[in-house]
Amino acid sequence: MALNDVAVHFGAVTALSGVNFMLRPGERVALVGANGSGKTTLLRLLHGQLAHDGERRAALDAQGREPTQAMVFQRPFLLRLSVWNNLMVALWLARVPRGERAALATQALARVGLAMQRDRPARVLSGGQQQRLALARAWAVRPRVLFLDEPTASLDPGAKREVEQLIAEFAQEGMAVVMSTHNLGQAKRLATRVVYLEGGRLIVDLPTTDFFNRPLPEPAASFVKGELVWPM
Amino acid sequence: MGGGFADSLRAAWVLLTGFDARLAEIVGLSLGVSASACALAAGFGMAAGAWLGVVRFAGHRAAVAALNTLLALPSVVVGLAVYLLLSRSGPLGSLGILFTPRAMVVAQTILVLPVVAALTRQLIADAWRGNGEQLRSMGAGTLASAVLLLLHERLALVTVLLTAFGRAVSEVGAVMIVGGNIDGVTRVMTTAIALETSKGDLPLALGLGIVLLTLVGAINAAIALVQRQQGAHAQAVAK
Repeated sequence: MALNDVAVHFGAVTALSGVNFMLRPGERVALVGANGSGKTTLLRLLHGQLAHDGERRAALDAQGREPTQAMVFQRPFLLRLSVWNNLMVALWLARVPRGERAALATQALARVGLAMQRDRPARVLSGGQQQRLALARAWAVRPRVLFLDEPTASLDPGAKREVEQLIAEFAQEGMAVVMSTHNLGQAKRLATRVVYLEGGRLIVDLPTTDFFNRPLPEPAASFVKGELVWPM
Repeated sequence: MGGGFADSLRAAWVLLTGFDARLAEIVGLSLGVSASACALAAGFGMAAGAWLGVVRFAGHRAAVAALNTLLALPSVVVGLAVYLLLSRSGPLGSLGILFTPRAMVVAQTILVLPVVAALTRQLIADAWRGNGEQLRSMGAGTLASAVLLLLHERLALVTVLLTAFGRAVSEVGAVMIVGGNIDGVTRVMTTAIALETSKGDLPLALGLGIVLLTLVGAINAAIALVQRQQGAHAQAVAK
C-alpha cells in the first residue's frame, strides 16, 4: 500500500499534505505525534475512508480487489446485540459466506479469550473486553492489513497489556499493522517502524531502533523527550 | 354543577366496572384503528426516517425541515384531505371506504407517519454521526447501515411508536371527518366523547374520557419504563 504526495482537506482545513508513505506486507508501523498532527486522518486515508488529492495505491489480489483490511477504533462501536451477534454482523458485512461465519466467529472469540462471554450483551462488557471483541471482529475477517486508532488509550494497565499482547500475536501471524498511539513505550514494544507526524506532515519515518536511538529533527526529538509540541 | 359532575362520575364508574358492551365496542374500535395506523406508519416511517438519517443528498436539509414541519400537521386538515381523496368524486372514490374504519386507519396513518419518520430520523442521524464511520469501515453500505442502526436503536424506537400511538388514539378531527362517527361502525372514543357531550349524556362521555386518559396514562407509563430501561442500559455501558 502506498501514498504518493497525498493531501487531505476538510473544508478550508488541511489535515494532511505532501504525505509519501509505503506499507509493506507484515510491517508494524506506529504513527506518533501530538493531538491534531494527522495520525487518525492518515489511518482513515490508508483505510480508504477519505477523499484525497494525490495517489493512493494498493496491491490488488487476483480478483482485482484491495487486500482485506480492518480497522479498530479507540472506542469501538458495538451494536446492542450479544457478543456473538456482533461478530456475525461483522462477518455478514465483510461478505463472508453464510456457511463459514459460525466457525470463524467461534475461532475469533476463542482467539481473544471471550468464548465464555458469547451470549452476553456486547455493550455491558468491560472496556478491555469491548476492545478485545473489536479485535476479534477485525481478526475474524482475516485482514492482511489491520489499522488501529489508539486502541489502548482508554484502557486500564491490565486491559492495555491484554490488548497489546493480542496485537503482537496478530502481527506475528503475518498481518501488517498500522497503529496510532501517544504511548511511545507501546510504539517501542509493538512497532518495527515509527512515523512521526506534525501539523499534517510526515516528519520522520524510521525503523523503531533508529527512531529511539538516533538524533531526530527538533520537533520529533522534543516529542520523544516528552516535551509538549503544539501543532502550528 | 358539582353534583352533576359527581353523578356523571358515578355513572361513568358503573359503566366501566359493569363492562358496558357499548363502551367496550367503542374502546375496541379505537384501539384497533390506532394500532393498525401505527403499524402501517411504523413500516413506512421507520424506513423513511432511517434512510433520511444516513444519506445525504442535495435538498436533504429541506426534506428534513419539511418532515419536521409535518409534525404539526392538524388532524382536521388530514381528515379533509383524506375525505377529498376517498369521496365518491375523489381519485380514490372507487375504493368505497369512506365512512368505514379503513378510512380512519388511512387518515391516522397519514397523521402519525411524520411523527414516526421524524423521530426515527433524529435517532438514526445521531447514531450515524457517532458511529457511521465504524460501520462504513466494516463494509456497511447505506441500506445495511440503516437496518443495523434501526436494530441498534430498537428500544428507543418503541418510545417512538408509543408516542405515535398516543397521538393517533387521542385525535378527533380526522376520524370524525372520514369516519362520520356512525354508531356501531366508526364511532371511536374521541368522536363518542364529542357526540355524547353535545347530547348531554355526560356519564358515557366521562366514562370514555376516563378510559382515554387511562390509556394515555398507560402509554406514558410504558414510555417511562422503556426510557428507564434505556437509562439502566446506558449506565451499564458507562461502567
